[in-house]
Amino acid sequence: MKAPTFKYLRAESMDDVYAAFAEYGDEAVILAGGQSLMPMLNMRLAQPAVLVDINPIYELSGIVLSNQKLHVGAMTRHVEVANAELVAETLPLIGCAIKQVAHRGIRNRGTFGGSLAHADPAAEMPACAVALDATLILQSHGGARRVKATDFFLGVMSTDRRSDEILTSIELPTQGSNHAWAFHELSRRHGDFALVGVAATAQRRSEGLDGLRLVVFGCEARPRISEVVASRTLVPQDVAEFAAAVVKDLDPMSDLEGDAEIKLIQAHALVERSLNDLLAAQPYD
Amino acid sequence: MTEPEKIIGVSFPRPDALRLAAGRGTFTDDIVLPRMVHMALVRSPYAHALIKSIDTTDANKAEGVVRVVTGHDLVEICSPFIAEIEFLPNMISPRQYALALEEVAWQGEGVCAVLAESRALAEDAAELVKVEWEELPAVVDPVAALTVGTPIVHRDLKTNLAMTMPIEEGNTKLAFAEAEVVVEHAFEFGRQAGVALESRSVVADFEPTGRQLIVYQSHQTPYQMQDVYARHLGLPEHHVRVIAKDVGGAFGIKLHAYPDEMTAVAASVLLGRPVKYIVDRQESFSSDIHSREMTASGRLAVSGQGIILGVEVDILSAIGAYSIYPRTSVGDGIQAVQFTGAPYRLPAFKGRVRIVYQNKTPCGAYRAVGQPIGCSIIEQLIDIAAAKLNIDPAEIRRRNNLNSDDMPLKAAGGLEFVNVSLNECLTELLAKMNYESLRRDQKEAQQRGVYRGIGLATFVEQTAVGAGLYGPAGVRVSAQEGCALRLDPTGLVRCSTSATDQGQGTLTGIQQVIAETLGVGFDDITVKAGDGGSTPYGGGSWASRGLAIGGEAARLAAIDLRGKILSAAAAIIQGSSENLTLVSGKIFDGAKFKMDLSELSEIVHFRQNTLPPDVDFEMNVIRHFVPREFPYFIANGIQASYLEVDIGTGGIKLLEHWVAEDCGTIVNPMLVDEQLRGGIVQGLGAALYEHCIYNEAGQLLTASLADYAVPLASEMPDIHVIHIENKASGTGLGAKGAGEAGTLGAPATIWCGVNDALRPLGAQVWKQPFTPAHVLQALHSRGSLHKVGEMFKN
Repeated sequence: MKAPTFKYLRAESMDDVYAAFAEYGDEAVILAGGQSLMPMLNMRLAQPAVLVDINPIYELSGIVLSNQKLHVGAMTRHVEVANAELVAETLPLIGCAIKQVAHRGIRNRGTFGGSLAHADPAAEMPACAVALDATLILQSHGGARRVKATDFFLGVMSTDRRSDEILTSIELPTQGSNHAWAFHELSRRHGDFALVGVAATAQRRSEGLDGLRLVVFGCEARPRISEVVASRTLVPQDVAEFAAAVVKDLDPMSDLEGDAEIKLIQAHALVERSLNDLLAAQPYD
Repeated sequence: MTEPEKIIGVSFPRPDALRLAAGRGTFTDDIVLPRMVHMALVRSPYAHALIKSIDTTDANKAEGVVRVVTGHDLVEICSPFIAEIEFLPNMISPRQYALALEEVAWQGEGVCAVLAESRALAEDAAELVKVEWEELPAVVDPVAALTVGTPIVHRDLKTNLAMTMPIEEGNTKLAFAEAEVVVEHAFEFGRQAGVALESRSVVADFEPTGRQLIVYQSHQTPYQMQDVYARHLGLPEHHVRVIAKDVGGAFGIKLHAYPDEMTAVAASVLLGRPVKYIVDRQESFSSDIHSREMTASGRLAVSGQGIILGVEVDILSAIGAYSIYPRTSVGDGIQAVQFTGAPYRLPAFKGRVRIVYQNKTPCGAYRAVGQPIGCSIIEQLIDIAAAKLNIDPAEIRRRNNLNSDDMPLKAAGGLEFVNVSLNECLTELLAKMNYESLRRDQKEAQQRGVYRGIGLATFVEQTAVGAGLYGPAGVRVSAQEGCALRLDPTGLVRCSTSATDQGQGTLTGIQQVIAETLGVGFDDITVKAGDGGSTPYGGGSWASRGLAIGGEAARLAAIDLRGKILSAAAAIIQGSSENLTLVSGKIFDGAKFKMDLSELSEIVHFRQNTLPPDVDFEMNVIRHFVPREFPYFIANGIQASYLEVDIGTGGIKLLEHWVAEDCGTIVNPMLVDEQLRGGIVQGLGAALYEHCIYNEAGQLLTASLADYAVPLASEMPDIHVIHIENKASGTGLGAKGAGEAGTLGAPATIWCGVNDALRPLGAQVWKQPFTPAHVLQALHSRGSLHKVGEMFKN
């Protein structure tokens, strides 16, 4: 478990990154927190020719609130997201879900942007980004491109990022007292990737909820909004029907932890709990 | 004061704990020698294949490479392993070479070794070795291993069946015919790995001019490895010295002789240079021994009062590609059968174990060897019987537990008992856990749709196995332990023991035994272990023997040294030694202080001329102990688990855990408590998480800590420990082993607890580990997939 030989470039600025892309193209891989990349290197599952270390680029880190949007720099560590009062107040879904991301040591190094760019279908943050209708800012030498989270994730560890682009920040519309949220995850042990999980938000109406953005993650190749219930109003007596509809629309992948049939049973339980949580949630101030 | 200081039974902290916590340990990878080279192995990517050719040209030319070695290079200087047991003449076992010669039998078997200036360069060069393979069909499933026309793992053996052992005592046919209730259950136990924090590692240093070999190795028994290296390399035994410095966990994984370490040592002989080989975590999963892969069927016959009339158990144990050297891989299956029903009165017992080879990583002894399997089988059967008869699970155990009236006993499964305290343990456990109130809580929760279960698991544990087992087996393993004591001129004592410590705190316990027995302070002793060339000959560490055997040897040595000291003291004070005592380093005559031990020490070392010529001044003793009266010491106890099953997702949450355990004399309560807790956690890992999963081609799919889930602190419940202390007979110390009790009983508590929770829903789990997927499989199939096989057929 020793990494193969690679060239290491320390990027001090965005220009350094663009220069590396220009020189090495696909051969250049971004090193952010390294919590997925370094094990893959040591197991020789990835053998990139060049690592471009963006840790020195200070401006890629930080959490800022402006125009009812939270702007999270791609290099912001999970621990900073987890500790930020701003996140807990304006995006409680992320405040809850971030605690399920691996363990403390990994959260200290791992980054918010790295998790999105890595696009593991069982990871929590991509699912939350989709549920919260996040926008990802991708920059290249030619300028910035804005991509909705719903369009960004294409498949297992596959995204819309082009090889000359770097994910620099994420915009998340904040939520207020008219929103409800729910998060449930089944994993073997606390901090493991989800066997199945649900991230959901909705808007309160005088009766029930609408604008339901419910993502079942960890069982399909990418996190996506469950469209079958997205345009309907949820009232308590419809929970069972909604849950059945969401699950019917799923096409789970089998893995070591269970076949598709088992995943559907588990997803059903978590979707039902999430819908009940959304309905039961007290308005927050 | 002349009262002996109480040291045995006190929770002394480990003197070496601070050193290790401060990062000042010397683990094998910390050893760096001049001219040392690093080794990486090319391992088979196939479960079963022929090696058509190996081309090492490019690898030999790669940067930093010193030499590339194949099996044919090693076979010249190193003879192969064959692991057999003399009292099992029907057992068949293949030859195992350090590096495979013509055929590989598991994915991960070594075929070529690259020696280079660094491990990274060795790994780079290993990728350049070109092996031409011809893939052969693999035997993966244990049942399929015995079907007609199946591929054969080792063609020259002509069968995959390593051995069959039937055990029969009493008339089971009659017992089952007359029983009011007969219950049965099928069981599948997942293959497990041992996962020590420090991986296997070795630094071999062969000095060619004098043909002297020193091997630093992370191992439990340096004496055994000296014997192995000397015989297989054709070196005189006194030219071979194996040293185990600090060892970071072992659990049986580091009890065996592996072809990988043999390769590193043989490579050092070939090169005449030190060779370091550190097994990395990925290699660890495919080359450390695995264990516990078994399928079983069990039947239990009981009377209307729940009294056991007979037990039948049929076990198929799959041991991978080879029987591990030198102790073999059959112990797991044999002990699984022997321990099915061992805590209970069994009028009739019929058992059988069949052991098969398959194209997977070889299996071997792992903490509690087979005993957790037997325990899980009987505890599950007895719970099903209790439910059928509407008898409380605690009560049915009380009615069947062996007790003092049954002692001494040679049980149906072949175990020999001298004393037990099962009912005392049960009583204490039920009181501590508030059993009745938990049962009420369980009922109340169920009304809310929350399914909780209580699992009880009675166990007996075979500890501190003596020569009675290894002697007749013809296995070159010494079951004795030795202890040497030396009094230094300042009155301080050095101990050198054959017992070894991989983190248990065994050496601290031995230090306590010596301090109290001899009459000096705990801090007045240092203990050295692990050097096979300079410590007294012995076994090391396995089967929970450190205090029971190593502690007794230390006690005997301390008694002898004390006698020598008091005789010398009598000569110095010109009196009789009859009323002399040594207490806390001071010599008294009756209640009267006579002299400090330090003063005496100075005289016997520096002023022998002042002593009369017949006075013994040699303050060195060496004593050994091996159990001969009994083959082993049986420890016993009971564990309980309270847990909750999420019937929507199949997830299991552990709420609380208890153990009441009798390991005889407790030398250090804190260390025993933590042995039990650590062992329980390992057993809970077996029940809930740990599984070496292979695909149909024999590829290991769980070769990292991301895929092979070990228990983590966040999921573990509080574990309450209760002790009952019945001294072992046959030793003055009275200690039995305590190292495996936790691992032994914990899986069975989860079998019983989960099925207790699911019973109202008509479902039962039958496959360990109890993953969420398996719990749902059990719930949604209502047990229809779970069928007891036809026993004792084929």
